[in-house]
Amino acid sequence: MNDFTIWDMAQGLLLSARWTVLLSLIAFVGGGLVGGLLLVLRLSAGAKVQAMIRLYSEIFQGTPLLMQLFLGFFGLPMLGIEVSPWLAASVTLTLYTGAYLVDIWRGCVEAIPRGQWQAAASLGMSHGQQLRLVIWPQAMRIATAPTVGFLVQVVKSTALASIIGFTELTKAGSMLTNAVFQPFIIYSMVAALYFAMCFPLTWYSRVLERKQGLALKR
Amino acid sequence: MSYAFDFSDLSQYADVLLHGVVVTLGLTGVSTVLGGALGVVGAALVLRGPAWLRWLIAAYIELIRNTPFIVQLFFVFFGLPSLGIQMGEIEAALLAMTVNLAAYAIEIVRAGIESVKHGQYQAALSLGLSGRQAFRYVVLPQALAAVFPALLSQVMIVMLGSAVVSQISVQDLTYAANFIQSRNFRSFECYIAITAIYLVMAILLRRLCNGLGSGLFAGQKR
Repeated sequence: MNDFTIWDMAQGLLLSARWTVLLSLIAFVGGGLVGGLLLVLRLSAGAKVQAMIRLYSEIFQGTPLLMQLFLGFFGLPMLGIEVSPWLAASVTLTLYTGAYLVDIWRGCVEAIPRGQWQAAASLGMSHGQQLRLVIWPQAMRIATAPTVGFLVQVVKSTALASIIGFTELTKAGSMLTNAVFQPFIIYSMVAALYFAMCFPLTWYSRVLERKQGLALKR
Repeated sequence: MSYAFDFSDLSQYADVLLHGVVVTLGLTGVSTVLGGALGVVGAALVLRGPAWLRWLIAAYIELIRNTPFIVQLFFVFFGLPSLGIQMGEIEAALLAMTVNLAAYAIEIVRAGIESVKHGQYQAALSLGLSGRQAFRYVVLPQALAAVFPALLSQVMIVMLGSAVVSQISVQDLTYAANFIQSRNFRSFECYIAITAIYLVMAILLRRLCNGLGSGLFAGQKR
């Protein structure tokens, strides 16, 4: 049974890391869309809608992602939707990511001084125009660093999809361990691969933060 | 949708649920105390320690922050025994949670210490306190007061993240969920109920710690 070389194992893990990358991208793009949409609603809609959006991010941030995945995987079939681990993981991680991003981005929008809104309003812009043309370009600058930083958390959270049977990097590591009984080497390699994916993002987010700090100091 | 919800028989598993809550809170509590203490010591070493130690701690922090908790847990539970380090599932969960929390706590506490104005330290020295006393009695309390909210939300993340320790058969709240739904086949209701328990625990714990924080750090408001 032990005729796998280290290279064979690394290759298998590397191939499965594709699915981690893909799932992270789905979660991030989907979560970005959800977060963006909710942000606009949060800034424009009535008190009731705002309260609902607050409740949504409170629930997704206050409960374990693992539970959310279980609910997605076992809950959606109850609604008559046939789900694969793929679909359950994608939907759940999208909602999870959206719940955090809406909060992060809202903080960035709120960091823009009130006077900017008022100045834009005094130029005769509609609420939508104020947000799109004046506030958002400024907020986006502040938002890039924390958003890239949060992407690290998204990549790490995809590891939980392994528990509902989605074969990504962590799951591949467990399966390989069961086949070749070398958990120390395999989990070290799994960790190294995650590190290789996450560290550049962490580093880039830090560079952005420093740049922004310099810009604010000027 | 014609699904009829039925939460009625969850009550007969009250003891299983209670045990799960106790284990989850216990793991969180112990790793918070240990991880917090390591965080303070680590932060002091990062700021004052020898260069090689600083480098080592920085590497440890990067490693933990850029890998998923579940991989750290599996590494501790499945990987370490092949080096001859055997431990039970509770110990493994505690070790992984503490090591994880400490990495974040060091960063947070370090930021807090750096936020305390240097004049505070100098003033303490001029009053005749030793460097160590100045750090312990003047700088550290202010630093902790400043970063208490950040530390608290990190503890919340660790508590919610601890749901995965059920995967190495620690009998926490998530384990209870899986146990119950394998008995009564009402998985949806069961997961909803347990998710709600986690949410309530998170909200109550935040309230409690905020109250504790404002009592503990009264007079430190800057």
